[in-house]
Amino acid sequence: MTKALKQEGIDLSFMSKIVSTHVPFSREDLIGSLQETQDHYGYLPEEVMDKLAELTSTPVALIYGIATFYSQFHLKPHGKYAIKLCRGTACHVKEAPKISSAISSHLGIKDGETTNDMLFSLESVACLGTCFLSPVMLIGDQYYGKLTPESAIEVLENIAKENKAK
Amino acid sequence: MVTLSKEIKNLHHIREKIKNKQAKRQVRICATGCRALGALDIYETFKKELKEAKLQKEIALIKTGCQGFCSGAPLVSIDPDNLLYVCLKKEDVREIVNTTLIGKKPIERLFCRDKKKPVIDRSKIPFFSYQKRLILTRCGYIDPTNLDDALAHGAYEVLEKVLTSMDPEAVIEKIKKSGLRGRGGAGFLTGLKWGYAHSAQGSEKYLICNADEGDPGAFMDRALLEGDPHMVLEGIVIAAYAIGACKGYIYVRAEYPIAIEHLKIAIEQAEKYKLVGKNILGTGFNFEIKIKQGAGAFVCGEETALISSIEGRRGQPRPRPPFPTESGLWGKPTTINNVETLANIPVILKIGANEYAKLGTKKSKGTKIFALAGKVNNTGLIEVPMGITLRELVEDIGGGIPNGKRFKAAQIGGPSGGCVPAQFLDKPIDYESVKEMGAIMGSGGLIILDETVCMVEIARYFMEFCVKESCGKCPPCRIGTTRMLDILERICGGKAEMKDIPRLEELALQVKKNSLCGLGQTAPNPVLSTLRHFRDEYIERIKLKKKTRRGKPII
Repeated sequence: MTKALKQEGIDLSFMSKIVSTHVPFSREDLIGSLQETQDHYGYLPEEVMDKLAELTSTPVALIYGIATFYSQFHLKPHGKYAIKLCRGTACHVKEAPKISSAISSHLGIKDGETTNDMLFSLESVACLGTCFLSPVMLIGDQYYGKLTPESAIEVLENIAKENKAK
Repeated sequence: MVTLSKEIKNLHHIREKIKNKQAKRQVRICATGCRALGALDIYETFKKELKEAKLQKEIALIKTGCQGFCSGAPLVSIDPDNLLYVCLKKEDVREIVNTTLIGKKPIERLFCRDKKKPVIDRSKIPFFSYQKRLILTRCGYIDPTNLDDALAHGAYEVLEKVLTSMDPEAVIEKIKKSGLRGRGGAGFLTGLKWGYAHSAQGSEKYLICNADEGDPGAFMDRALLEGDPHMVLEGIVIAAYAIGACKGYIYVRAEYPIAIEHLKIAIEQAEKYKLVGKNILGTGFNFEIKIKQGAGAFVCGEETALISSIEGRRGQPRPRPPFPTESGLWGKPTTINNVETLANIPVILKIGANEYAKLGTKKSKGTKIFALAGKVNNTGLIEVPMGITLRELVEDIGGGIPNGKRFKAAQIGGPSGGCVPAQFLDKPIDYESVKEMGAIMGSGGLIILDETVCMVEIARYFMEFCVKESCGKCPPCRIGTTRMLDILERICGGKAEMKDIPRLEELALQVKKNSLCGLGQTAPNPVLSTLRHFRDEYIERIKLKKKTRRGKPII
């Protein structure tokens, strides 16, 4: 979840910290560093990738190439709650597409997008490996299984309510 | 008499100590898969209730990995009573403590039901009685975050034997003799692969454990890593010794946080006991292991793409030869084995290659772990001997199809596999027979489909998956799968013509023949197998020009 993101600009000091944990920095450390970076910033801002390139003398194109190849990386800010909706086979035959469209119309976003209030983002993932819970979604580290379109929306409404109460 | 190193003596000492310390009664709660349905809450409630009843010393409360019977989640098993309570709620815990743990009486209401009748004895539940759990023997039984518990149940005994009394050639010979084939999908003989790796030139060799279980509908490796990471780790160290590797990686999907956590703990604890790292068990053998997290790319399950990813590049495959056993990670000889394959190693060396080879069919030996899911009553993790029939899997272990519906097909092998229809229900399952039926063994994902599922839609679903996951390097896969999806969408949308069927078939064969790696070569399989077994559904969809089939809405 987004922690260090500042409205006016991005604090880049975290990048030197990451690089200092991998000495000497090798190509092998690149994907891991980007994962740590995303954990910290919530996504991969352009400035951050530039900084990583500069600190590690790696071509920016290479870093950008990795960031766009792997589906785990996001180039845009993510919602506070990332909804990972499973599109595995077991979920699919148990009507996951209906849940996907119910969530989409409830939040007014498509797969891969984030709500305007930055609360939710929706991404469908290959398979969460919890087929016995199908259809299932993962929000944070909490699984919600055996969903119906109604129960999925109820989960989202409860999260939104709790968030407001905070 | 060989003198034992101090590390080995220490291991023996720990084993003895723990065996004597074990509580007489144990309550085991699945805290991995069942976590999603509130297992941790139930654990905490048990802890509190046991404390209140002053039973916390007499009864061991153990958080385990997957016990297999996932459709009963959350569940607990109680030993030595041999009880299994399923679909628990927090409110049931007090009753279990009072009635079963104190009163020594079972609670019928919480039993697992077979054909609506409660089954008291866990081993008599058909879901378990048809299985042969060799690899999963400790999975769901031990606490996966506690090496001592694993040691008390036989972990690393085989490693000790291998390092003190066998040379690498002897280990490879045993694995060859066992007939073990790679469990990742292709089914290559593991002993043969190790033989190549062992004789490959070069002082620096690598071993990679492929835990990038990407097939939708497969969770065998996840369950193994979460429930008994030491079985895999022991297999890894033995494999490294056999091929002469000094360094290794476990490449795990980032989507499996619990598996990563348990692996990290397991490696840390094993290092402390000198079971991995420098001078293992004082024998002078060094092997360093690192975890690499995947970043969400299905193609990284392909071995050359996986190597690219570990090297810090885009996970794109390259042509073979050279095979990784000659030139792999950083250009050095590299052996890549799947999680389940490696977990088989300690078992084979423990029971003996001959005994192991007695299990299974002529060409497929041993057992296979399947993830049973979809439209079946008992979903879960199962281990069965090779050669079991689909009927036994679906009806006996799986408990049949829910809501009185009929079985239509089993999807075996994920996006690289195919759909096996009802006429093959009584055919024994092994690598060869599954191929004949138009699917592949794959990693072991088994999704049961009932009569309400439209097969054209299933083919479209898998093609959509392959289009998204194609790495884009070779045109047959990148463009071919996209065009195939176009045709399938036309058919599903009621806008196709009859000529689209031969078009689709021709394209499928071209993609299969000309793609660079396994992803593209197998991506047409779901289409080809449904065209072969369910061609009438394609024709019907095209003729009806509608989005519904037989008046029923299609998923």
